[in-house]
Amino acid sequence: MSTVAWITLVSPLVAAALILLVTRSSKPLAAGLAILSSLIAALGAWIIFTRGVDADFHGFNWVDFGPSFTLPFGIALDPLSRTMLVIVTSISPLVFIFSLGYMKGEEGYCRYFAGLALFLFSMLGIVLADNLVMMFIFWELVGVSSYILIGHYFQKDSAADAAKQAFIVNRIGDFGFMLGILLFWIATSTSTTAGTISFAGLNASAGNINPAVLSVAVILIFCGTVGKSAQFPLHVWLPNSMEGPTPVSSLLHAATMVAAGVYLLARIFPLLSASPEAAEIIAWTGAITALGAGLLAIGQDDIKRILAYSTISQLGYMVTAAGLAVSAALPMFHLFTHAFFKCLLFLSAGSVILGMHHEQDIWKMGGLKNKMPLTFLAYCAGMLALSGCPFFSGHYSKDLIMACAWDHHRGVFWVVVIAAALTPFYMARQALVVFFGSPRSEAAKHAHESPRVMTVPLVLLSIPAIGAGWPFIEHLFFHEIGPLAEPEVPGFVPLVFLGAFVAGIALALVLYGKAVKDPLRIPLLENRFYIDTLYEWIVANVQGGFARLLAFVDRWLIDGVLVRGSATIIWTLGFALRFLQLGNIQAYAFFFGAGVIALIYVLLTVH
Amino acid sequence: MLLSAFWFFATLMIAFGTCVVLLRNPVSCAMSLVMSFVSLAALFFTLDAPFIGIIQVLVYAGAVMVLFLFIIMLLDLRTEKSRTLNIGATAGGVLVVAAFLCILIRIVTSTSAFSLPIPPQHDPQISDVRMIGMTIFHSFGLPFEVLGVLLLVATVGVVVLSRKTLR
Amino acid sequence: MPTLANYLIASGLLFAIGLGGVLLRRSIIIIFMSLEMMLSAANLSLIAFSRFGLVSGQQNYDPQVLVFFIITVAAAEVAVGLAIIVSLYRARRTTHVEDLDHLKF
Repeated sequence: MSTVAWITLVSPLVAAALILLVTRSSKPLAAGLAILSSLIAALGAWIIFTRGVDADFHGFNWVDFGPSFTLPFGIALDPLSRTMLVIVTSISPLVFIFSLGYMKGEEGYCRYFAGLALFLFSMLGIVLADNLVMMFIFWELVGVSSYILIGHYFQKDSAADAAKQAFIVNRIGDFGFMLGILLFWIATSTSTTAGTISFAGLNASAGNINPAVLSVAVILIFCGTVGKSAQFPLHVWLPNSMEGPTPVSSLLHAATMVAAGVYLLARIFPLLSASPEAAEIIAWTGAITALGAGLLAIGQDDIKRILAYSTISQLGYMVTAAGLAVSAALPMFHLFTHAFFKCLLFLSAGSVILGMHHEQDIWKMGGLKNKMPLTFLAYCAGMLALSGCPFFSGHYSKDLIMACAWDHHRGVFWVVVIAAALTPFYMARQALVVFFGSPRSEAAKHAHESPRVMTVPLVLLSIPAIGAGWPFIEHLFFHEIGPLAEPEVPGFVPLVFLGAFVAGIALALVLYGKAVKDPLRIPLLENRFYIDTLYEWIVANVQGGFARLLAFVDRWLIDGVLVRGSATIIWTLGFALRFLQLGNIQAYAFFFGAGVIALIYVLLTVH
Repeated sequence: MLLSAFWFFATLMIAFGTCVVLLRNPVSCAMSLVMSFVSLAALFFTLDAPFIGIIQVLVYAGAVMVLFLFIIMLLDLRTEKSRTLNIGATAGGVLVVAAFLCILIRIVTSTSAFSLPIPPQHDPQISDVRMIGMTIFHSFGLPFEVLGVLLLVATVGVVVLSRKTLR
Repeated sequence: MPTLANYLIASGLLFAIGLGGVLLRRSIIIIFMSLEMMLSAANLSLIAFSRFGLVSGQQNYDPQVLVFFIITVAAAEVAVGLAIIVSLYRARRTTHVEDLDHLKF
């Protein structure tokens, strides 16, 4: 079974290497290798899942300094990683196949598939890692793959900048992550045993760590989640990452990579539940993100950016669910359903964009439901799932989160409910503007349905988008991870949820049913709460000022005083001493004699 | 009797030494130095070291000073013309000498061990030539041989250094 | 009876005179002669210690051997030194010490 696990992990890497090194020129071969590797990974994942393997395979020691300091590489298979494995490897082949149609005729085809394969390898590494450091390494690798893929159209300034921003903002979060890892390592090391960074070891020793240290360390690790899962205040990179090709947006920035942050929180769940202060902060961060991103999604006009802010909002839900500290399964369940319907939504958006010849402004679309019926149906499935329509997958997971919020944390509950009301509003807005009404531009008039290589994955994804939340499926995947019993809530809470859903759709119908241009223009939302302006100001002034200070220190203190100053001092001393070379024998004899006298005197007086 | 001998020869030695430093004519200086060495040899005799005294007269007064006189004659040194006195250098020299004398007096008068008279010998008749010879050839054989080599090297060096032209 | 202090002071005085000669006279030959005087003063000191420091009832002969060596080495040194002075005179035509300052900075 360990071979199966290792093959699952490594096959995408092999594909990426082969594509980059061997098959540079052959497009079908590159795509075929990538798709083949993803299918192999999927097969391996399902084998592991159905067998119900619970094991910890030790691979090798990456760093080995004896028992006091080793960094092992290993694969941990437990219910959590098995489920996540299934999610990642089931979506990836569909996205890869969709890319065949979407990226047809685009430049950098082979580079794209190599990047996707590298991403899949890195993501599987995160899922299967058995210790924090290994996960961190793959975390960074995922960031690299994201950088490569977002900057796919690197000749465009906006794409290159977006890739840089994604990487740098993630790095800021990863700094906290690293500190958290170090803190955990220190906190778990005693005088006799070395510290541990493996999940098994950490989760077991949750009770032994000083509570204050535990809270701080959990918050620091949460910083990694804030970066990777685009929580406030590090959310700014995700909307800009939409510069990458749409399949990339669907796979990385909707379904899997951004979910890695939530996966991390689920992994360290025993530590999280042992520190209530950290859980509180996590819950509020998630709630604020959910509400803020929901508000921002209302003011967006780009089809992908609406979905991007929606992703941020849903990630906020997941983080809130983690912060409620009810069970590791709660955020994972929403991650599960979200992966399917958000990926579906992005892929259908990609289909729309391709049909519109790469036009992305929703106000230039319209009446596409007749021209692209399959895409429209897939989109509806995804939209209803996202909005929490009963019977669809999203309803079950969101409902559960809200019930647990009512039970555990009233403040967060109300914030989350408002966000839940916004979601159907902006999704219905998007649906109405894009698919209904009459075409608002030439491209919309001549839009056509996408080829089958793209619509088949859409249809295939619609199935879990609808059904992934149903009780027996939930039981199949999550009953081993943690308890997901619906808490006892007064009867009006599900009604509140339903009411929010209906109200949102109704409001959207009213405002956007027959709109030709956007009736709602809120500058605050359009400028994204001015957070971007703030960050620009910080970088320009704070960092710039700091850089100037350092330049001053380097130039005047280090260069001038230390380096040139010491050289000058030595030179001056040498120059002064030169005057002792008089050339006169008697002068030398005088110095000699005086020195001897002084020596004798010193020897006499000091004993 | 030994004391009066000591005082006589010591005073003579110091006086002629001062003459070396003060006289202007180099030949006069050389002759004063010869007399100083002879007095020194006398002092060696009072210290029961006749062999060393003889050697002092033979080598130092006899050979070394003669060599000095030869060189003075070779270089045709006249009375040195007095130049302007360099106050700083003179003061420095005098200072160093005075400091040395002070330290010397202080050391010599510090212990009472230096004030004891000459201790009697077990057997005053032992020939010191014999004893010196025994000591050299028993304990200091190697330095003795090296000394021979040193003299050879010095000879060769002198011949090389005093060649008239450097070809 | 003369004491060791007497001999040591005599030796020290001779040494001081020699030192003064080295520092104050300006002719290189005179300086060299004063140097020899300093060496002889050291010899006197050594012989004095030889007589006053008894070893198993007899005077200690090791300092006398040292004096023997010193005299020999001094003789060799004088020879070589005077040869150097001669070649110096041939090159510079002066024995005045203040004129020999070509190694000045």
